[in-house]
Order: sequence, then C-alpha cells, then structure tokens
Amino acid sequence: MKILVGVKRVVDYAVKVRVGANGVELKNVKMSLNPFCEIAVEAAVRLKENKAASVSEVVALSIGPKQCQETLRTAMAMGCDRAIHIHTDLRGDYMELQSDSVAKLFQKVIEEKEKDVDLVLVGKQAIDSDCGQVGPMLAGYLNWPQATFAAKIDLDGDGLMVERETDQGTETIKIAKLPAVVSCDLRLNEPRYATLPNIMKAKKKKIDQFQADEFDVDLTAKNKVLEVFEPPARKEGITVDNVNQLIDKLKNEAGLLQ
Amino acid sequence: MPLTVLTDDEEMIQNSVKRWGNQHLQPALVREMEKNERISPSIIQDLFTQGYMCLEIPEKYGGVGLNFTSACITIQELSRVDPSVALVVDVHNTLVVNAIRFWGSKFLQAKYLPKLATDTVSAFCLSEANAGSDAFSMITTATASSDGSDYTINGTKSWITNAREAGLLLVFCNVDPSKGYKGITAFVVDADSAGVHIGKTESKLGLKASSTCQITFDNVKVDADHILGEIGQGYKYCIAILNEGRIGIAAQQIGIAKGCFDVVMPYLKEREQFGIKLVDMPAMQQQYAQAATELYAAELMMYNACRLKENGLPFAKEAAMTKLFASQITEKISSRSIEWLGGIGYTTDTIVEKFYRDCKVGSIYEGTSNIQRQTIAKMMASEP
Repeated sequence: MKILVGVKRVVDYAVKVRVGANGVELKNVKMSLNPFCEIAVEAAVRLKENKAASVSEVVALSIGPKQCQETLRTAMAMGCDRAIHIHTDLRGDYMELQSDSVAKLFQKVIEEKEKDVDLVLVGKQAIDSDCGQVGPMLAGYLNWPQATFAAKIDLDGDGLMVERETDQGTETIKIAKLPAVVSCDLRLNEPRYATLPNIMKAKKKKIDQFQADEFDVDLTAKNKVLEVFEPPARKEGITVDNVNQLIDKLKNEAGLLQ
Repeated sequence: MPLTVLTDDEEMIQNSVKRWGNQHLQPALVREMEKNERISPSIIQDLFTQGYMCLEIPEKYGGVGLNFTSACITIQELSRVDPSVALVVDVHNTLVVNAIRFWGSKFLQAKYLPKLATDTVSAFCLSEANAGSDAFSMITTATASSDGSDYTINGTKSWITNAREAGLLLVFCNVDPSKGYKGITAFVVDADSAGVHIGKTESKLGLKASSTCQITFDNVKVDADHILGEIGQGYKYCIAILNEGRIGIAAQQIGIAKGCFDVVMPYLKEREQFGIKLVDMPAMQQQYAQAATELYAAELMMYNACRLKENGLPFAKEAAMTKLFASQITEKISSRSIEWLGGIGYTTDTIVEKFYRDCKVGSIYEGTSNIQRQTIAKMMASEP
C-alpha cells in the first residue's frame, strides 16, 4: 500500500490571531503543522508499522511557501519516508489559494507524479480556513470512495472499515476496495513526538520540489473574501443584588427561563 | 546574527523540548517526583528516547550530533518545568559525555558513547567530604597493580548527582599523592563494579528529585585502559570540563527564572487589587521590568559563552561570569516571584516556591560564586 498524506502549514493553534487590513496578520506569527494533518500523519505511520497493511512508503505533500519544508520535515521526523513540496506564495488561509485548487493540485500529483497511491490521508480540516473540503473534493475529482471525520480506521480485506464521527453519533463505513480518500478527526489517535534523533534523520530524507503553476491547475480563488473581522468583544456582565433580581433577568431579559 | 536568533535546528529543538516538557512533565508529576525524591524511571527512559541524553554524541555512536548551544537550549527549556530533570541531562551531557568525547581513547568512546546515548545515565565523581572548592586535595586513590595493567580505587566521593541512576561513573582519583594534584587521574568506571557502594541520599532543600549521594569505592578494580586520557592529567580535564559545564548550569538557572515568569506574568495580568491590575501598578512594574532586564542580560551571556566555545575562542572567563550572574539573578527573581504572587506564592499550590528552593544550589555547585569571582579575578589580573 502506498500512502499520500496531506500536511498544511498553518498559524499555530495557541496564537492569538490579529486581524489587519488584509485579513489575519501572518507576519512574524508562529506557524505549525495543522493538528488534524498531524493526526493524519500519525495514522499513516501506524499503518506503516502494521505489517498486515504492507505499506511500501508514506509520502507527505504540502502546498505553500518555502517554509513548508519545515512542516514536511516534522512529518518525516514522525515517520513519513519522503515528501513533495509544491511551492506557492499564495495565501493558503482561504484569502488566495482555496480548497478547489488544492484538491486539483493533489489530483495532479496523484495522476502525474505518484501514480500508484492507494490511500490519501488528510486532516478533516485546516484550523485557518476551517473548510473541510479538500478531502471530499479530491475524492470527487478522482472518483474514489471516501470516508470523512474518521475516528477509527481498520484494515478490511482489500479495503477499510472506517468509523466516522457525526453529530448524531458514530457511523461505520466499509470501503470495499482501495484506492480511497480518508479525512482524519480528533479522536483517531494521539500523534507521537518527533524525537531529536528522528528530526535529524529527517534532514536526509528527500523532498521533491515543484512550482504550483507548473501544473495545469487554475489557482485563482473561486470565492471572494469580502471582509475579515474579529468576533464582537465579550460584553461585561452585571451584578444583581439578590436572587429575585437574578431570576427576573434570566426570565425577562435573557429569555432562559419559562 | 543576534545572539538570541537560533539556527533552524536549534529552533526545532527548542520547540520539541518545550512541547515535550509541557506535556510530559505535568505539575502533578513534578510534585510527585519531588515528594518521592526520585525521578520516575519512565521519564529517564523518555529522556533517552527523545534524544536529550545524546545531544552532542556523534551520529556514528548513536547520538544526535548537535552543538553545545543545543544542549544549553535543552537544559533551559527542561528547567522551566523541572530543574531536577534538567540536571540529569546537564551533568550527563556537559560533564561526562563531553569529557569522554574530548579525552577518551577510541576504545573508550566506542565502548561507552553508544551506551551513554541510548540507556546509560552517568555521574561525575569529583568532590569529597573534605574536598569541595579545594577539589585537588582529594584523597581517593587509585593504586596501580605491579604490572600497571589495572588499578584499585579506594575512597568516598560526596555530593554525586545522578548517583542512583548512573550506570557509568567518571571518577577522579590520585594515583600518586606524592605528586599532589599532578597525580589526579580520571577513570571510567562501570557503576556495577564490585566494591562500588551507593551511599546515603542527601535530603536537600531543593532539586529533591535529583539523586545526590555519597559513593564509596572499596577496592574497586579498573583496567588501565579505562583511564580517561593521560595519567596525572585529570586535574586539567576537570578544570576544562567544569569551565564549560558551568554554562549548562547557567542555562538551568535561566530556565528556572523563565519558569517563574511563566507563572507570574499571567497572574499579574489577572489579579486586581484597589481596582487596578497588578501588572499596571507602578511599584510592580518597576520590579518586574528590572528583573526581566537582568534575566535578558544573563541569557545573552549564556548564548555568547556558547558561541565563543563553539567558535574555538577563549570562553572560560565569560563562562564563569555567566554562571555567577545567572545564579544571582535567578535567586532574586525566584524570591521576588513568591512576593509577586503574594500569599499563594508561599504555598505549594504554585510551582514558584519550588523554583525558589531549587535554584539556591546554583551559587554552590560546579564552582561556588566565590570561586567564580576568584577565577574571573585571576584571569583579569593576568591580562596584559
């Protein structure tokens, strides 16, 4: 089995983002591997460690600026064998490069560069754009079966048994035959640490470089961002003098009591 | 480049250690290890797995092959969470591993560096009950056999860090007391050798989880090929290795001071008295700004000492100044931090009281502050 894992370089989850004239301020802001992509990498590496899966190699793919190579290095330090970097300076947080173009770039990589991919693992969504679209779009373009929001992935004959998390509960989907696309949710696994020895070994692993515009893909945004603004500041609370006042406010102002 | 700008590798290491420290050295575990006066074996195992115990060991011996600055960064980030764990890493990497790398024969390097990289903790055995600052007055002896093929070590070493966890001991002995300090010779000793007795564990004010014990050598036989470097050169090696090891201690102190600020700043921003946030009170501002300034200075001194050493330039005076200053400002900052937190700072509900106790030994071990100043003064006096 050959696995392709999508990894995105995003604003670190702990950063308090600021909104400037051009959307979210990215200058000098700490960037990291998208947490859901990290879960996808862990899933791929665990499959590789599972002899029954017979994984030949795990390839990590990232689309973005030069610094994506650091993100790919982290993925390789976790266990990916090699990586592909598609270089573009277009903003990946929905402002410029959007899901449709990303899905099509993934498709081109699979159809033109890495022709024998059996499984694509991606995070369910990126924490900057929060679209959750690349996985399903890619499956659509490739005409491959898909399972999104995976909380459990098991080998099942020629295919996979995937438990998905939905708002109503867990749903189990059988993917009869590979190749397929699976997007990974929070409870799928707890990603391993990249140890220092593995971080240093990852430096020697191969990263193939391409330019985004060398693929026959339209990179222009399909959707126009009209405005980016912070959510309204939390209003100050008030103090009440007694319980009766509290009940009155809850009933008649907040509308929380019948 | 500015001193505080790290290389890509160093930054990656800093992020990695920070993340591991925050997730694995949870406050409850740190307190439990302090209470048990023992570092949990699984943490020691993790230190090896993560690569923190082989930072400067070359890759061919199973290490990560990084630079000295990376070691200091690792020690600093670990100290922010648990200075006792950081000390294990510090002594192992900067005192024993490096001594073996610098002066060990090919035989000793090939035999021990792979073990030190993967599963063997080490201890640096220099001090004795009556030989602290005056280390050269040690009375532990190593007597050569008639044909010189092996030595017998007798004596007791005191205040040995990592004594309980160590599988390998670097022991400084005198092979010829008539020569005074010129008889001092360093031996690489397996901790499970017959005659090695780990003695009573010291009950300390701070760094309680770090094991500090007496080690008695009772007719311990060591082959001559386990001598580190040359006979009678031990005194040179211990001075040289402590010259750089003390930069690692400075890194520990700086990490502790940062650990204090990690707790204090969020608290000051939240706590309000007299309708004003503590962080905005003029009296508080004066204090924490001054403290942060001194911490910044110490940090720059540490990075500069690292860079001087990495570039093969003289650094002994700067290293002594760094350790002296870092231990002084950390003592002050940890003490102030308790005050800034007020009553709660005085309880074990916050970690700051532990940092206050942990850092005190910074002005004592690896060369007391008096020794640092004397070292600096001697160098200044002999400058043209």
